[in-house]
Amino acid sequence: MKSQVLRNNAWLLAFAAVAALPLVLPNDYYLTVLIVGGLYTILSIGLNLLMGYAGQASLGHAAFYGLSAYTTGILAVTYQWPVWAGILAGLALSSLVSYLIAVPTLKLRGNYLAMGTLGFGVIVFIVLNEATSVTGGPSGFTGIPKLSIGGKEFSSDLEYYYVVWAAVLLLFALSRNLVRSRMGRALRAIHTSETAASALGVDTQRYKIFVFVLSAFYAAVAGVLYAHYVTFVSPGTFGFPTSILLVTMVVLGGMASLWGAVLGALFLTLLPEWLRAIEHFDILVYGAILVLCMMFLPGGLAEGAQKAWDASLSLFRKKGAAAEEGGGQ
Amino acid sequence: MSERPHEDMYFHGSGISLRFGGVAALSEVGFQVRRNSLQAIIGPNGAGKTSLFNVITGFYRMDEGDVRLDGDLISGLPPHLVARHGIVRTFQNLEIFTNMTVIENVLTGGHLRVGYGPLDFFFRTPRFFREERKLRELAKECLDFVGLFERRDLPAGQLPFGSQRLLEIARALAAEPKALLLDEPAAGLNMKETAALGELIRRIIDRGITVVMVEHDMNLVMRISDRIMVLNSGRVIADGTPAEVRENPTVIAAYLGEEE
Repeated sequence: MKSQVLRNNAWLLAFAAVAALPLVLPNDYYLTVLIVGGLYTILSIGLNLLMGYAGQASLGHAAFYGLSAYTTGILAVTYQWPVWAGILAGLALSSLVSYLIAVPTLKLRGNYLAMGTLGFGVIVFIVLNEATSVTGGPSGFTGIPKLSIGGKEFSSDLEYYYVVWAAVLLLFALSRNLVRSRMGRALRAIHTSETAASALGVDTQRYKIFVFVLSAFYAAVAGVLYAHYVTFVSPGTFGFPTSILLVTMVVLGGMASLWGAVLGALFLTLLPEWLRAIEHFDILVYGAILVLCMMFLPGGLAEGAQKAWDASLSLFRKKGAAAEEGGGQ
Repeated sequence: MSERPHEDMYFHGSGISLRFGGVAALSEVGFQVRRNSLQAIIGPNGAGKTSLFNVITGFYRMDEGDVRLDGDLISGLPPHLVARHGIVRTFQNLEIFTNMTVIENVLTGGHLRVGYGPLDFFFRTPRFFREERKLRELAKECLDFVGLFERRDLPAGQLPFGSQRLLEIARALAAEPKALLLDEPAAGLNMKETAALGELIRRIIDRGITVVMVEHDMNLVMRISDRIMVLNSGRVIADGTPAEVRENPTVIAAYLGEEE
């Protein structure tokens, strides 16, 4: 019972920790890393809803991330739109495009769906590179204003850290509510048997489109936050390697686990930073760590964390029980 | 369309044809199932029994024909709309959601029994909690009905085969169907389990559900069915009470003579 209460409120504790974290960080550099980690967390939560829960692959997710980042940037700079309007337009465009992509591609299954989304990601990457007059081409698009809402500009890293992690908190909570609803169950049903799901009345095509668009929307949120933080966007950030990194975060963190999405994103953001100390060998060690994780934690980091958590709880409980007995009942 | 159909015509199909290329899987198949009865469909392998189920439930598109349940036209609808009209099925090769617990499978079965939308679940409105509570009661009742309540929190994949069959039935019952289509429910069950299944199916009919069952186990079919339809090579060769079918020379030649 107690562990249930703890588990249900674990996310509150975790976010309290996130709120307090900047107070103990040695320097601002870590703040930057954690901001980027927050963006990846948003991306990976969204992708986990699609891949981990509904079982639909996307190898082009970075495209939705990029589309919204470029949209809000270009509207703010080239067309002098207010920041909030550019953000809304970026979110809307990514969602709309994802809908147009979802309708035909979600009729595909398995590898074909993966190929379809991969192709889409490549197309967006090429457009960002080649439409030089609009996007600035390979050298990128500069001068995007910092995020400001109602005259309040979020220019310091500390302020931005809280903006990003507030978004993480909100999207995490909404996702958690989704996966614990009839829709969450329907998505997981689609994952194992579309046949059985539809026989029970689940409109599988509609649900797959919904979760695809929702997951693209999450990516778009990360995209606009990225653009107004870094103030510079270039195609390289939103290419195929990023899409693969996102998939890795989902799988390494743990499929069909929101906590896994958070852990996977943070781990893979922090790992390269830690490995910087060993320079030339960092890629080798990075790869080795991924392989070891997947060998020993097939359920992902979430499974590992869950086991560690349960083990420490039962240890705690044993001690508590022993103390109670010792207290003489 | 809204007038109540005659009891004999509660669930009926006529002129159902299905071709795969040049092969006729079903030719002019018709059936009439009384409300609250058990109709068995038997026939040799490849007779078209499962094809008929697939056509009724919308997984295959019939080339011709007409299926109605309680006055509603079913034929031509996709599977999820067929379910919405009250026809739910189980599968010959189990289609359990192995990534869920036992009770979550049944909750998913009640998908259509909860009425709330994205705003309700995203923001956890009172309606969300009310509907979920209602659904959970229904799921518990269905699990209790098939005797799996004690094992509700187990991962569904960990259930033994026989129990997975029962779970599929519980999941289907949670959809509160008007008609339940069971595709070889006794396949892979031992004698004791089969006997219990027979009782369970009769109890399902007592719940007010009309059951259509494809089954190979002749003892079971003869013992519990109200009527039996015999398919052979995609055609109906007999339809009647168990006693009538047992005596039918065409059936004996086509089916019973060969296999039993």
